[in-house]
Amino acid sequence: MKRILIKGAGVAGLTLAHELSARGIQVTVTERQPGFAGAASWFAGGMLAPWCERESAEEAVLTRGIGAIDWWDRTLPGAVSRSGTLVIAPPRDAAELKRFAARTCGFEWLDAEAIAKLEPALAGRFQQALFFPGEAHLDPRRALVLLRQKLAERGVNFIGVSEDDGAHDLIADCTGASSIDSISGLRGVRGEMLYLQTGEVALSRPVRFIHPRIPLYIVPRGNGLFMCGATMIETADDGPIAARSLMELLNAAYALHPAFGEARLVEAGTGVRPAFADNLPRVTRTGNTITINGLYRHGFLLSPAMAAEAADLALASDLKGDAA
Amino acid sequence: MLTLYGQELRSRLLLGTARYPSPAVLEDAVRSSGTEIVTVSLRRETAGGRQGGAFFELIRALGVNVLPNTAGCHSASEAVLTAKMAREVFATNWIKLEVIGHHDTLQPDVFALVEAARILSAEGFEVFPYTTDDLVVAERLVEAGCKVLMPWCAPIGSAMGPQNVPGLRAIRAQFPDIPLIVDAGIGRPSHATTVMELGFDAVLLNTAVAGAVKPALMASAFARAVEAGREAFEAGMLEPRDFAVPSTPVIGKAVFA
Repeated sequence: MKRILIKGAGVAGLTLAHELSARGIQVTVTERQPGFAGAASWFAGGMLAPWCERESAEEAVLTRGIGAIDWWDRTLPGAVSRSGTLVIAPPRDAAELKRFAARTCGFEWLDAEAIAKLEPALAGRFQQALFFPGEAHLDPRRALVLLRQKLAERGVNFIGVSEDDGAHDLIADCTGASSIDSISGLRGVRGEMLYLQTGEVALSRPVRFIHPRIPLYIVPRGNGLFMCGATMIETADDGPIAARSLMELLNAAYALHPAFGEARLVEAGTGVRPAFADNLPRVTRTGNTITINGLYRHGFLLSPAMAAEAADLALASDLKGDAA
Repeated sequence: MLTLYGQELRSRLLLGTARYPSPAVLEDAVRSSGTEIVTVSLRRETAGGRQGGAFFELIRALGVNVLPNTAGCHSASEAVLTAKMAREVFATNWIKLEVIGHHDTLQPDVFALVEAARILSAEGFEVFPYTTDDLVVAERLVEAGCKVLMPWCAPIGSAMGPQNVPGLRAIRAQFPDIPLIVDAGIGRPSHATTVMELGFDAVLLNTAVAGAVKPALMASAFARAVEAGREAFEAGMLEPRDFAVPSTPVIGKAVFA
């Protein structure tokens, strides 16, 4: 039996472990540290929003991401919420909604009444919105924990980076932003996010708030918890959130609903997204190492497609090896 | 040929590098625009640190002149500090000086602008000040050492196009020998053509290209619009008049209609 060592236990590593173990391959995953604190995916929004992402992303993000909703739903039953995405703009930026609409598909226009029906908490606050009914979201932290648990139950072995559990036929490098210095063309794009907690607002789906510089969104996590993200800054610096970013994120939340002004700020975090120049991920093979990297802001959206591609590559080489 | 601080340039279009969907899309847009100068924000891309190395590498790799800018600075001292950082990062004396005075309209703080321009010019910087169309401010900037002026034609990112054509004509007339670059407010190629027809030397854009559905295609549309406006200015245009003037002489025709 083929034995594969996966380096990295973020969303790329875990989805690949799932794909390979489902295909009967014995998998070991190395984790830099227990928990997911070092993984960019720990700070992700968890939006499975290929249609919305098309606003700024290449066509491939839509075509390759569209299957992710079913993949996560199948893999972690109950973890995915299929309630669509709402895109709104403050009144003064209403024209920007038209621009968003011109660059995307798979949406319907909503008027104030339809917005109120969909999200009663936003009633009377916005005159126009775009609704993307086909989109979904998940709680990335819960998804990572559940997926790791499922893999462990399946017999996937988790070890520390310095441990060695024996010889491997192949290595799959899923180390993300840790490889920025070693992979040519890979860069870091800093993303800052925060968690707010309030019992005064209820939302049923991610809300994107059009902002002149950063794609802002607020995702309900249940129990009054809301994730608010995320900046896009061209640096691999993962230091604490900048005051300005904090201000802009809080402003957006407050503009969405003034009750967020009374919410508790329970966490502010920073992750570094690994990205290539076209902001699209790559699966490559050099010798006995397969590398998945460059998932950018699309870790949960694109890792299932990348994992399938990497697994095909691993198995194809397996057949070649057997023949030789 | 356009000459800015001794540098000769064929293209009269300058491009900003912010807000593109990806660096790859930015590169395509730069190529198809034929631009020889891109402007890059130090503050926005570095979040206060000196990181941003990979993005700056990508900018350098474009192989065109880099005009660092002080976007996001709200005081003269902040802008001076950012300019010094820019000189280190990009090894150039060029600086596009922006000092924002109003956070909603992004209108320049012209007082701080003149102050920062004086300090930076004295320290050997070659300053490209982002200013309004105010003639007295422009005069002060020239006195402060600026050999290029960059008046707006509308607020940054507004895409409104020229809002004060008589004002733009006046600044052109007042500074016949200073290269004038319209910076900010251009939304579509016809806006660029209009200001070039007025005799401006170049146009700087960002959002109009970066925010287009197809940025590279829009970049080439702008390149041609800028050229068309320039050629029209050089060719000499007709002045509008109130009555029709036939292009074919009517004397000698059998019937006068």
